Amino acid sequence: MPLNIDWQQILLHWMNLAILTGGLYFLLYKPVKNFMAKREAHYKELDEQAAEKLAQAEKVQAEYQAKLESMEEELRAERLQSQQAVQKSVEEQLAQAQAQAAEIIRDAQAQAEHSRDRIKKEAQRELKALVTEAAKKIAFQREEDPFELFLDLADGGQANESR
Amino acid sequence: MKKHTKGLVLWIVVVLALLAAAILAGSPGRTETVQQAMRDAVLHEENRVALPGGKTVSPGLISAFVVTGILLAGAACIRLFAIPRFRLSPGKLQLVLEEAVGLFDRMAKDNSPHRCGFLGAYIFAAGAYIFTGTLFELLGLQAVTTHGTPITLPAPLSDVNGAIGLGVLSYLVIVSGGVAAHGVKGVGKALKEFSLPISMSFRLFGALLSGLLVTELVYYFVSLSFVLPVVVGVLFTLLHALIQTYVLTMLVALYYGEVSEKSHGKDKAKD
Repeated sequence: MPLNIDWQQILLHWMNLAILTGGLYFLLYKPVKNFMAKREAHYKELDEQAAEKLAQAEKVQAEYQAKLESMEEELRAERLQSQQAVQKSVEEQLAQAQAQAAEIIRDAQAQAEHSRDRIKKEAQRELKALVTEAAKKIAFQREEDPFELFLDLADGGQANESR
Repeated sequence: MKKHTKGLVLWIVVVLALLAAAILAGSPGRTETVQQAMRDAVLHEENRVALPGGKTVSPGLISAFVVTGILLAGAACIRLFAIPRFRLSPGKLQLVLEEAVGLFDRMAKDNSPHRCGFLGAYIFAAGAYIFTGTLFELLGLQAVTTHGTPITLPAPLSDVNGAIGLGVLSYLVIVSGGVAAHGVKGVGKALKEFSLPISMSFRLFGALLSGLLVTELVYYFVSLSFVLPVVVGVLFTLLHALIQTYVLTMLVALYYGEVSEKSHGKDKAKD
């Protein structure tokens, strides 16, 4: 054969390569690859766990955020309600005060009216008394019977009316 | 400082003493001419090694067995002592091993994503064999020829039979990928690249033989045996080892992926 090619030696080389390939595969390639795959799976699992935890945390955060928002809403509603209650109470108190004031005014007016009537009556009474006193004085000064005088006056009064 | 100076002086003295001893010892005389040495490096007609059964083979085959033995022994030690101690955060050795396995695994997955299990294992073994086999010639292990003279074991792939063995086997692996993916049609796909086994075999053979011949030439002349072998022997061999490992494994992965690729016509018809 040219170049001293020897098929028997080529077959021996093949046998040698087959042994080497098989040996290296079982002794080195496969165990190292398995280890790398196992480590990859381990880190993948860790990654998945981390992602799951992150998702849970985000969910909890969203829940708390929603709760916070609802609490704020409730707080706002409560505040509004209390403001309305205060407003209502103020308005009621104001109305009550106005009613009281109106009553006080009314009472005062009534009292004033009453006082005026009373004063008026007293004044009339005093006036009557004064007039009576004055009439007595006048009457007793003429030494006439006041009754007769009165009747005369009353007649005179009729004569005056007929005129 | 004084310690350093003393060490330097000692080192120079040792180097000079060895040089003087080498010159004074003289050479036992050449048993073959440079032409014979280089012809034998290619053809292995003269310097052959006997196997236990009496069959004489090229020293390259012995080198192949030794390289396989070294690799398997190393792998067994790693399997027994290093792999059970692997940790999630890798140490230096674990990092190197993972990178070596990951490199060929990624190469297989990138070039043949649909069928890469066997391919990854094969190119890992072939890569380890070519790299270690090429660096093996630096060890300078000796064997005894059938004439009783010592011979330095060459790189396994500088033997034409070793190179043809690996080249043709790689081609058969590519064909097997085609058969596994497409049945008998896959053979046709792989046969289109009929020049592949020859090109792969002789690329390996040529590359490693050229390195061997240059090394033979350099070492044949005593005057060239100083300093120059550091560049020729070590750096070139390292470069060879890396380049040939990358080229063969990449070609095998590329062609394997091509022949085992799903045909687009079928997919379209299915759609």
